[in-house]
Amino acid sequence: MTAVSAPQGVKIKTVSELTREIKSTLEARFLRVWVSGQISNCRPASSGHFYPTLKDKEAQLPAVIWKTTVSRLKFELQDGLEVIACGRIEVYPPHGKYQFVIEDIQPKGIGALELAFRQLCDKLSKLGYFEPARKRALPKFPRRLVLVTSPTGAAVRDMLKVLASRWLAMDIWIYPVRVQGDGAGAEIASAIRLLNRLHVAEIIHIDVMIVGRGGGSTEDLWAFNEECLAHAIFESRIPIVSAVGHEIDTTVADLVADCRAATPTQAATMVVPDGVEFLAGLRGLEDRIRMLVSNRLGLARGRLEELANSRALRFPLEPIRSHEQRLDDWHDRLGRIAGQRLERARERVEAFAARLETLSPLNVLARGYSLTRRENQEIVRSAEQVAPGERLITLVQHGRITSRVEEAAPVPDPALSRSPADAAHT
Amino acid sequence: MIEISLDNLTFESALAELEKIVRELEDGQVGLEESLAHYEKGVTLLRRCYSQLQKAEQRIMLLKGLDGDNQPVTEPFETKPETVEDKPARKKTNNGDHLF
Repeated sequence: MTAVSAPQGVKIKTVSELTREIKSTLEARFLRVWVSGQISNCRPASSGHFYPTLKDKEAQLPAVIWKTTVSRLKFELQDGLEVIACGRIEVYPPHGKYQFVIEDIQPKGIGALELAFRQLCDKLSKLGYFEPARKRALPKFPRRLVLVTSPTGAAVRDMLKVLASRWLAMDIWIYPVRVQGDGAGAEIASAIRLLNRLHVAEIIHIDVMIVGRGGGSTEDLWAFNEECLAHAIFESRIPIVSAVGHEIDTTVADLVADCRAATPTQAATMVVPDGVEFLAGLRGLEDRIRMLVSNRLGLARGRLEELANSRALRFPLEPIRSHEQRLDDWHDRLGRIAGQRLERARERVEAFAARLETLSPLNVLARGYSLTRRENQEIVRSAEQVAPGERLITLVQHGRITSRVEEAAPVPDPALSRSPADAAHT
Repeated sequence: MIEISLDNLTFESALAELEKIVRELEDGQVGLEESLAHYEKGVTLLRRCYSQLQKAEQRIMLLKGLDGDNQPVTEPFETKPETVEDKPARKKTNNGDHLF
C-alpha cells in the first residue's frame, strides 16, 4: 500500500471548508429556481414542517416546506401530486446534504384554488357533509331571518329589496361580516357559531339564515370555500341558505348549506313566502270554507223544506181529523145501536105493560066487575066462604062498598063460578 | 330581548287548521252544527291571519355585538344609497369590547 499524499502546493481542505464552499456556491447559484416534479413522502413532521421529495423519472430532490408556508397554501399537499415549486437550494452541512427549500408551490395543470376546492370537496363528501338526507327544510313562515353578509355590499341591498316586496311579517337581522380577504371564512364561521349559541340558549329565536355575498372573482369568493366555514355550516342547528356570487359559482358553502341559492336575490325569494300569493291562498281557503258551509246549509235547508212540505207537517191535523171522524162514526153507530136497543126495550116494556093492563083487576072493575073481600082480606070466590051477617068489603072501579051478607048460596052454573082472574088469563 | 309576538299563533298552524277545516267540510261527514262550528273557527283564524298580515312591519336590525350579559345589541339598519360600497365602512366604537 502506498500512502496517499496531495501533490506539492495543493491546499488540503477540511470537510467543513469544502462543505462551506459547496454551500456558498450552490446557494448563490440556485437562489430562486422553479422546479416541476411529482411530490412524494408528503407528511408533516411533528414540528409541522414538511420534508417531501420532488422527483421525476431519473432523479430525486429532497425538499422542505416550512410550516408557515404550508399554512398559506389553499390546497393540501398529497403524494403523487404534480407540482411546480419555487424556492432555493440550501445545503445542510451536518448531513452533507442539499435540499430544496420550497417557498411557493402550485399544482401543475390546475389552479391551486381549483385543486383546493376539489380536495376539500372530496374530504367533506367522505364525511357526509353533502348528503341530501341531512339537509333541513326551510321554515315556511320565518319570524326571524339573519343575513350573515357584508352590511355594505350589493347583496344585502338586493336581499332586503326582495324581502320587503314579499313578506313583512318578520324581523330581519344583519350580522355584519367581511366576505373576502384573509380570515373572512373564519369570521363568517364564527358568526354562524355565535348565532347558533344564541339560538340554542334561547336568547333569540332564529328561524333561518342566509350566508352569502355578491359576485366576484374566484379569489374574492374564496372565503366560502374555506374548511372552517364548511364545518360551521355543517354543525349549525339553524337552517342555512347559501347565496354566493352568481349562478355559475359553486362554493363549498353552497354544497354544505341546507339550501343553495344561485344568487342573494334568489336566496331572499326562497326563505320567505310571497305575501300576495299567501293572501290569495287565504282568500281561496275562505271562499272554499264559505262555499262548503253554504252548501251544507243549503242541504240542510233542502231537507227542512222537504220536511216542511211533507203531508204530516202541511196537514198536521189530518190524523186527528181522521180519528175524530172515526170517533164520530163510532158515536153514530153507538147511538144507533143504543137507540135500537132502547126502542126494543121500550117495545118489550110496552108489551109487558099491555099485558099487565089486561091483567089489572082495576081493568076488570072498569068493565063492571067488582072484587069482594072478607074482613080478613080473603077474596070471596064462592058463596061457601061467607056466612050471613058477615061484613064484606067490595071494591068497585071508583070506590068501595061495605055490605053485610044476607044469604049465601052456591050457584051450580059452572060459567058463573069462573073467577074474573081466570077470565083475564085466557 | 326583542322577540316577535304573533299572539302565539303561527301562520303555519293557522294554515294547517284552515286546511283541516276545509278537508272535514269537504268530507261531508260532519253534522250541520259541527259545520257551523268549523266555519266559525275558520273565520276566526282567517281574521287573525289577515290582521297579522295587515299590521306586519318588517324590522331590520344590525347586530352590533353582545352586551355583558350575552344579550345581542342591535341598532336599526339603514339601507344606504348605492354608492355606499365606495365609502369606508362606518365605525362605531361604543360597545367595542364585544364587536365581532
